Amino acid sequence: MRALLALLVRDLRLAIRQGGTVGMTLGFFVITVTLFPLGVGPELELLSRIAAGVIWVAAMLASLISLDRIFQADYEDGSLELIALGPTPLELVVLAKALAHWLTTGLPLLVTAPLLAVLLNLPVNGFVALIAAMLLGTPALSLIGAIGAALTVGVRRGGVLLSLLVLPLYIPILIFGVAAVEAAIGGFVVAPHLAVLGGLLIGATVLTPWASAAALRLALE
Amino acid sequence: MIFEGEELVCVRGERPVFAGLDFRVGDGEILLLEGRNGAGKSSLLRICSGLLKAAGGRLLWDGRPADEDWDEHHGRLQYVGHQDALKPVLTVAENLRFWARVNGVRVSAGGVDKALERMDLRDLATVPARFLSAGQRRRVNLARLLATPARLWLLDEPTTSLDTVASAMLAEVVRDHAAHGGMAMIATHLDLGLAGARRLALEPYRLAV
Amino acid sequence: MSVMHRFANPTRFLRIVELLFPWVAGVTALLTVVGLYLGLFVAPPDYQQGDTVRIMFVHVPAAWMALFVYAVMAVCSAMSLIWRHPVADLTAKSCAPIGACFTFIALATGSLWGEPMWGTWWVWDARLTSMLILFFLYLGYMAIWEAYDDPTRAARAAAILALVGSVNLPIIKFSVDWWNTLHQPASVATMSGPKIHSSILIPLLVMALAFKGYFLTVLMMRVRSEIIGMKVRRLRLAVARD
Repeated sequence: MRALLALLVRDLRLAIRQGGTVGMTLGFFVITVTLFPLGVGPELELLSRIAAGVIWVAAMLASLISLDRIFQADYEDGSLELIALGPTPLELVVLAKALAHWLTTGLPLLVTAPLLAVLLNLPVNGFVALIAAMLLGTPALSLIGAIGAALTVGVRRGGVLLSLLVLPLYIPILIFGVAAVEAAIGGFVVAPHLAVLGGLLIGATVLTPWASAAALRLALE
Repeated sequence: MIFEGEELVCVRGERPVFAGLDFRVGDGEILLLEGRNGAGKSSLLRICSGLLKAAGGRLLWDGRPADEDWDEHHGRLQYVGHQDALKPVLTVAENLRFWARVNGVRVSAGGVDKALERMDLRDLATVPARFLSAGQRRRVNLARLLATPARLWLLDEPTTSLDTVASAMLAEVVRDHAAHGGMAMIATHLDLGLAGARRLALEPYRLAV
Repeated sequence: MSVMHRFANPTRFLRIVELLFPWVAGVTALLTVVGLYLGLFVAPPDYQQGDTVRIMFVHVPAAWMALFVYAVMAVCSAMSLIWRHPVADLTAKSCAPIGACFTFIALATGSLWGEPMWGTWWVWDARLTSMLILFFLYLGYMAIWEAYDDPTRAARAAAILALVGSVNLPIIKFSVDWWNTLHQPASVATMSGPKIHSSILIPLLVMALAFKGYFLTVLMMRVRSEIIGMKVRRLRLAVARD
């Protein structure tokens, strides 16, 4: 436990001290969302219809481009092999690092999303659903992303490959994340969508440690 | 305690590195690995650490297979590889404290200080690692061995970037470790002047076509 | 020595392949000719769709095979992770391009069929979308094989990915189905298309068997060349050392 906490604290401290990493992800998120009104035109009605989808897609991409932070630096400087040689099972290490990624990526995205929703004229009754869906969905993005990050950790130019591997796996989260918001706007029940998102989160929590740890062991040989 | 390997086979990719390799280290013993580039010194150390799985043979700790419980095996060893595993934005002391915590050691300020003192790094304790020279970084990496005690040391070319003074310091630390009953397996080209150390020569493996 | 035994095993596999190959290839050719004849000349044109309906004899077996090949790939990947057997790796690797081709054929013929039927080349229909995602999964799997320099490591990374994909595929399928029914339930209804009559069912089944035979034939050829490639790499290494 103490080892996991140390790992979590270190990852957070690195993200803060290295400055910019959190800010850049947020900047990317905001700019990507800003591109849509410029691309599709400023009609408020159109924007409010696509707002949920745009925010989710942008959040997904922002999460994706920061995935290499989870394992890549530790792999390159040799830290990862020492962590793997520590007494903590690698499966738990993966969970701690995915949590650190969420705290430095998903959580800031979650906090910024309502502001962007205002810019995109998202109907007021969709806000709570958006936040609830992102609260369940963004940790799942970090977890599923950790699998892709672990699979590409020792690979030259792994970034493009990473997006090819991870984005198809993100699709269910996108679908249900957007559906939750649309249900809320349309006055339907939101709970089933959130339940599915919760189920996806639990599934990712079960699958990710196994798959990522196996991929990391492979990278460290 | 005895740590031994029996009939170890190592394959990297599809290339056989060595086969039928035996070794044995006991309490207070130092084993120096010798051999040319590609003979498998690093691979053997990685197999002993559990990072690399042997393609055949057995690793035994006191007669029990090490692969019964890798986490337990990891708990009794310290590995120094080619990279120094330092985070540039953390200070030297922060880096060391982190490694001690990851290894489950309750960190007392004294333990880390003593390790820094021993490797002549005390003045650098509060300096971020990005300002260190290659030799200083290597010394911090070696100080990790002292900050988090372990029975078995696996050192892969530990003298890289070290000057003669620092190499002598390392030799002293290793002798001390052995004198207190620790074991060490060291791959090195330099003669560290470790009296009484045993040597293991690795031969490049030849495939029969 | 045990490692050498493991490398020797594929040789026995090769012998079995050599023995079976002409038979499988022959039966496949026969089934394809019979299936195409039945499909193109014997089966009646649909009263609504006319001759367009004959696309089905390629489209449906291709779609079935797209999923079947992924299942084979996933099973081989599991075997490769558990037993570390090189033939399982190479079989999984050889499956991927074939599966990707079947998926592409299913998508392309679906598109050709859709144009006269729905008046558009592409609909964001649940089946089309999930087939497209399956195609991406195949591409990712093939890309990861290319990304690693060391084939044994590539094999294990790809196997992990294939298994993660096999868990996710039903979830993706389910969510896409669900997503689609919410948005445009009407377009799915036309998919139920012709009622299955034996004059259509028999050519369809023959074609399905022909596709399966084609898969086996090409798989054997690919695995054989992969095994030979592995032996060549081993010989090169051995020569380089002397």
